[in-house]
Amino acid sequence: MPERADPAPALRLEAVRHHFRLGKRAVVALDAVTAEAAAGRVTGLIGPDGAGKTTLMRLIAGLLRPQSGRIAVLGTDVAADPLAVQARLGYMPQRFGLYEDLGVAENLDLYADLQGVVPSERAARYAELLHMTGLGPFTSRMAGRLSGGMKQKLGLACTLVRPPELLLLDEPTVGVDPVSRRELWQIIDHLTRAAGMTVLFSTAYLDEAERCDHVLLLHEGRLLGQGPPGDFTAAMAGRSYRATAGIGRRHLQARLAAAPGVIDAVIQGGGVRVVTAAPAPPPMPRDITLRPVPARFEDGFVARLRERTPLAPRAAPVIAASAGAEPAGEVITVAHLTRRFGSFVAVDDVTFSVARGEIFGLLGANGAGKSTTFRMLCGLLPPTAGSLRVAGFDLRYAAAAARGRIGYMAQKFSLYGDLSVGQNLRFFASAYRLAGARRRARIAWAEAEFELARLREATARDLPLGYKQRLALACALMHEPDILFLDEPTSGVDPLARREFWRRITELAERGVTVLVTTHFMEEAEYCDRLVIMAQGRVLAAGEPEAIKAAARSPALPDPTMEDAFIAVIGKAA
Amino acid sequence: MIPGAPRRLAGLLRKEMLQIWRDPSALAIAFVLPAALLLIFGYGVSLDARNVPVALVTQRPGALAASFTGAFAHSPFFRPRRYLTIQRAERAMAARRVEAIIWLPSDFARRAAAGGDSPIGVIVNGVDANDARLIEGYVQQLWAGWLTRQAEARGRPPPLALAVQPQVRFNPAVDSRDYLVPGLIAVIMTLTGALLTALVIAREWERGTMEALMVTRVTIREILLAKLVPYFLLGMGGMAASVMIAVFLFGVPLRGSIWVLTGASALFMLAALGMGLLISGFARNQFVAGQIAIITTFLPAFILSGFVFDINAMPAAVRLLTHIVAARYFVAILQSVFLAGDVWSVILPNALALAVMAVVFLGLARAIARKRLD
Repeated sequence: MPERADPAPALRLEAVRHHFRLGKRAVVALDAVTAEAAAGRVTGLIGPDGAGKTTLMRLIAGLLRPQSGRIAVLGTDVAADPLAVQARLGYMPQRFGLYEDLGVAENLDLYADLQGVVPSERAARYAELLHMTGLGPFTSRMAGRLSGGMKQKLGLACTLVRPPELLLLDEPTVGVDPVSRRELWQIIDHLTRAAGMTVLFSTAYLDEAERCDHVLLLHEGRLLGQGPPGDFTAAMAGRSYRATAGIGRRHLQARLAAAPGVIDAVIQGGGVRVVTAAPAPPPMPRDITLRPVPARFEDGFVARLRERTPLAPRAAPVIAASAGAEPAGEVITVAHLTRRFGSFVAVDDVTFSVARGEIFGLLGANGAGKSTTFRMLCGLLPPTAGSLRVAGFDLRYAAAAARGRIGYMAQKFSLYGDLSVGQNLRFFASAYRLAGARRRARIAWAEAEFELARLREATARDLPLGYKQRLALACALMHEPDILFLDEPTSGVDPLARREFWRRITELAERGVTVLVTTHFMEEAEYCDRLVIMAQGRVLAAGEPEAIKAAARSPALPDPTMEDAFIAVIGKAA
Repeated sequence: MIPGAPRRLAGLLRKEMLQIWRDPSALAIAFVLPAALLLIFGYGVSLDARNVPVALVTQRPGALAASFTGAFAHSPFFRPRRYLTIQRAERAMAARRVEAIIWLPSDFARRAAAGGDSPIGVIVNGVDANDARLIEGYVQQLWAGWLTRQAEARGRPPPLALAVQPQVRFNPAVDSRDYLVPGLIAVIMTLTGALLTALVIAREWERGTMEALMVTRVTIREILLAKLVPYFLLGMGGMAASVMIAVFLFGVPLRGSIWVLTGASALFMLAALGMGLLISGFARNQFVAGQIAIITTFLPAFILSGFVFDINAMPAAVRLLTHIVAARYFVAILQSVFLAGDVWSVILPNALALAVMAVVFLGLARAIARKRLD
C-alpha cells in the first residue's frame, strides 16, 4: 500500500448523543460517541442490529440532528449547514434508494440531475460506472427486476454519479450473495486507493471488519473500541485455538464451553474454535488437542462483550455421548420440488432429505428460493410439482397434521409486539392447544429455560433483539415439536446471542429434534450437519460442510472458507 | 437557492411522470376511484322516492275505484298491490312489504260521483321521516290530479283548493340526482386529491427512496413542487372525467361556463393536494396516510359540505366547523355552475375561500416539511 499523508480527518464525531422517544420511554441510540474517520480510507462501522449504526449514518448525512455533541464532515458542522455537507457526501441507505419502476439508466439520470452533473459529462461518467459495476448490458432493465447484488451496485452507482468526497454506505452487503459482496469490496478498494474517496461502511458481518482500514465497534449505542482491525486481533494473540478430539464436535463444543479459562467455543469444520481468557492454552483433558490458530476480529469483539457479560456458569453438557449416534429414519423428504409464480420459477427441482436429529441448512442469498421452500415445507404454500413428506405426512393431503409436529420461527421473529412476554407465551401455548397442567408446565419451562421470568411483564416490542429471538424460539418450542424450522434465525443479533442460540439448537438436535434452518450467513453453515447451497431456486451443492469446503480446495486456496466454497459453487454453475 | 434547481426539478418531474405511467396506482386513484364512486353513489344514492310499494284497499270495487287505482299503477312513484281488507294491508305494512296504505272506503264511489269531497284514507310508514313526507306529497299530488281529471270529464270546474300550481326553479324535474351528482364530484375529488399526494409520498418513505433523495442537493421546495405539479394535472384529468360522467351518463345539465368550472376546480384541486401534502408530513406509510386521508377529508366532506345535509339546519357550532371543509365551497360552486349557471355572487366568495384554503394547506405543508427524518 502506498504511503499517504494523513490530512485532517474527513469526519469528526465529538461526544455525539442521540435518543428517540418511544411512547413515554427514551431509547438511547447513541451515547457519547467520539471518533474520527481518516480521509481516503475505509472506516468500518461494525456492530449488531440496534447498535446505532443507521442512526449514526443519518446523523452524519444531516437527516437527524443529535441532541448533543458535534459532527463535522470535511470541516463543516453538519447541524449548521446540512445542505453544504449533503453537496459533498454520497449516502446509500439500506434499501439502496432506487426507484424500482425506473430503469437502470433512468435511475442514473435522476441522480445525475439531482447531483447537478451536467449532460456533457454524463456519457463518460456513466460508461465508467457501468463498467465498474458490470451493469452495462442492463441499462434498460427496470431496477425492480435486478437481483439483490445488482440493485446494490446500481444504488452505489447512483450515489457515485457525482464523485462524493465522503461516501456513506449503510449495510450494503446484508442479504447479498457472496460474489456480489466480494465485487463491492473491490469497487470500494478502487474508490479509496485510486480516487482517494473516504468511505464509511456499516455492517453487521464481523468478517468484513478485517477489510477496513479502521474500525469503529459499536454495541448498544456505545463505542466499544476503535482502531485498525489488526489492533483488535493483535490484542487476542495467543488466545485462539482449534480443538480436536475423538468425540463428536457438538459434544466437544459443549465440554469446551463449560471449561474454565475458555470464553468462546464455536464449531468450525470438524473441530471447535476456542478463545481463551488469557494468552496461554488452558489446561485440557488429555483427549483434547489444542492447536494455535490466528485470531479473528470476531474474537476481539466476543472478548470485549464477555468482559461485560461473563459466560454464565452452566451445568456440564447434558448431552449423552451416544445420543444422535443411532441412525434414524428420514423425517423430511423433498423430491423434485418446484414452485412457479407465473413465469417465474422460485424453486426449481429441489431434492433433499433430512434425518432425525439432524441440523440441515439451506444456504443462499436473498431471492435464492429458501423462504419459498420453507413455506412449502410448512404447508403454507402448495408446490407446483414434486413431493413433500414431513414427519411421515404428505403435505398435500395432511398439512394440518404435519403442522402439529412442527415448530416454526419466522424471519424477524413474528411476535406480538404490543403484548408482554408472558402474554406472548400464553397466547402461543393456547394456539398450540395446550391446556391445564401441561400449559402451565410448558410456560414455566419456557420462562426458566430462556431466562424470561424477570421480563414477564416487559412489552415484546421493547426487548433487545437477543431476547426477542429467545422469546420467538420459546414460542416455537411450546408444543415440544420434533421438527423445528428456523428462517434466518440469527440475522442481526450480536455474536453472544448467536452463540447462545446455537447452543440451544445443538442441544435440541442432540435430543432428537430435527432442525431445518435457512441462512445467508456463510459462517452459520458450520453448525449444520449437512446443507444445500441454493441460488436462483436451484440446489447447486449438497453435503456436509467439510465436504463442500473440500470441493473448493485448490493450490491457491488451501483452506477455503464456506464463503470461498459458495463462490466456487456459483462460479461452476454459471 | 442552490444552483442547478431547474435541472433538479426537471429530473424529479420526469421521474414522477415515468412512475405515474408505469405504476397504475396513481392513475387508479385519479380516474378509477372517482368513476367507481360516482357510479355507485350516483346510481345508489337518490333522495327521490320511486317505485314505492303501496297497499290499495278497495272495500267495494267498481269503475271509479278502478280508475283511481289505475292512476296509481301508471305513476312512476308507486308500485301498488291490492288488498281486500285493511287488516291485511296493515300486516303487510308492519312487515315493510308496503310503505303506505291507500284506503278507499265503501262509500267512495258514491261520494266521488256526487262531486263532493270523497275522502280516502292514507296511512304512511313514518320510520323514515323523509320518505314518509315525500310519499305523502306524492299521494296528495296524485289524488289532486285524479280529482281534476274526473271533474274535467264531467265538465265541472276543478276543485278550488287545487288551483295552486307549484313551480320549481333550477331543477325543474325535481330530480335529486341532478342536485346530488355535482356535490358528489366535490366530495370524491376531495378524497382523490388528498390520496394522490399523501400516498405517493408515503410510498417514497416506505421504499426508502425519500431518504436517498434527501441527502442529495435537492431542496424541500423542489420535492414538494415536483409532487404538486404532476398530481395537479392528474387530478384535473380525473375531475374532467367526473364532469363527463355527470353530463353524459347521468344527464346532469351544465348551465355555467366550462371556464368557471375549470378555474374553480383548479383552486379546489390545489387545496385538496395541499391537504395530502400536509398528511404526508405526518404519515410515513401508505396505510396510515390512506386512513388519515379518508378520516380528515372524505368523511367531513361527506357530512359537512352541504352536498346532502343542509348546512343551515346544523347547530351553530357544527356550522362553524363546516367553514374549514374545502368541499363546502366547491359544492356551492358546482351546484351553481351545473344547475343555475355562472352566478357570480355564489362563485366569487366561494372561490376566494378555496384560494385561501389552498394557500393555507400548501403553506402549512411547506412549513412542516423538513429535510430531516426526525
